[in-house]
Amino acid sequence: MTAQTSSHPGMNLGDHHGEAHRTAETLVFGFWVFLMSDLIIFGLMFATYVTMLNPMGMAGGPGPKDLFDLNSAFIQTMLLLTSSFTFGMASLALRHEQGKGPLILWLIVTLCLGLAFLGFELSDFSKMLAAGATPARSGFLSAFFGLVPLHGLHVTAGLIWLIIMLIQIGTLGLVSPVKTRLLRLGLFWHFLDIIWIGIFSVVYLWGLA
Amino acid sequence: MQHPPDFKKERRAYLVGFVIALGLTLLPFWAVAAPWASRSLIIWAIAVCAVIQILAQFRYFLHINLSRQKREDLQLILFATLIVIIMMAGTIWIMANLAMRMM
Repeated sequence: MTAQTSSHPGMNLGDHHGEAHRTAETLVFGFWVFLMSDLIIFGLMFATYVTMLNPMGMAGGPGPKDLFDLNSAFIQTMLLLTSSFTFGMASLALRHEQGKGPLILWLIVTLCLGLAFLGFELSDFSKMLAAGATPARSGFLSAFFGLVPLHGLHVTAGLIWLIIMLIQIGTLGLVSPVKTRLLRLGLFWHFLDIIWIGIFSVVYLWGLA
Repeated sequence: MQHPPDFKKERRAYLVGFVIALGLTLLPFWAVAAPWASRSLIIWAIAVCAVIQILAQFRYFLHINLSRQKREDLQLILFATLIVIIMMAGTIWIMANLAMRMM
């Protein structure tokens, strides 16, 4: 943070959290190693997608302009960006020990935004599949269905994790392991929104420009 | 036990990050919805907005900055970024070259 030194990148709980703050350093470092290896997987999926983004890759099948809906991509972007911000508010409620109320409230708002995002994304996929744009149609569509649903799966995993954390806050209370898990889930969630910046820019905006 | 820094100041930092991200999202979507320039210029604008937004989200949401960091964490992030850039740029370069030769 700005006023005090950080012991790890990301939101720091702060010295006033005692044990949870002391154990967070190694746990968060380990989680950053996972996030960065995940980044490499996404990076290669992006590279594969870009190499398929030409007439040869599309193999006479439908291209970005036939398939993508700018409005739906915009709604999904807004939902995920807002959910990243509401998770930030949840992290602040945790760091500043505002009690369970605000924390649970912001987490539930994040959960609803994440579910709405998945709903729009799945509806897009089902429209594409109904129009015959299946992964097997062309290399371009294989790459698309490798990249974008991979992000969707990550969001699904994040939402399941979020539900588990809500249960743990209820049953275990705000003990040290629960605090450090919320810290790591926060990093994961912000990371997914950063990956989405790449997806809406490369896949949707570049495809429709 | 020291008291944590100002809550309102930190909330304001998140709001600043959110507004910056919002602006850098609306601008490229607007450019694609209502093109005001040539296609190549709009694609450059999309790329520049995306890079700035990624840096802004790292700064405001993930609290990564170049000072006061544990060095090994920053090195991990920078090295992973280097690997991603080498692999992505290399893949796209080689495959685009191959595509050109097969035309």
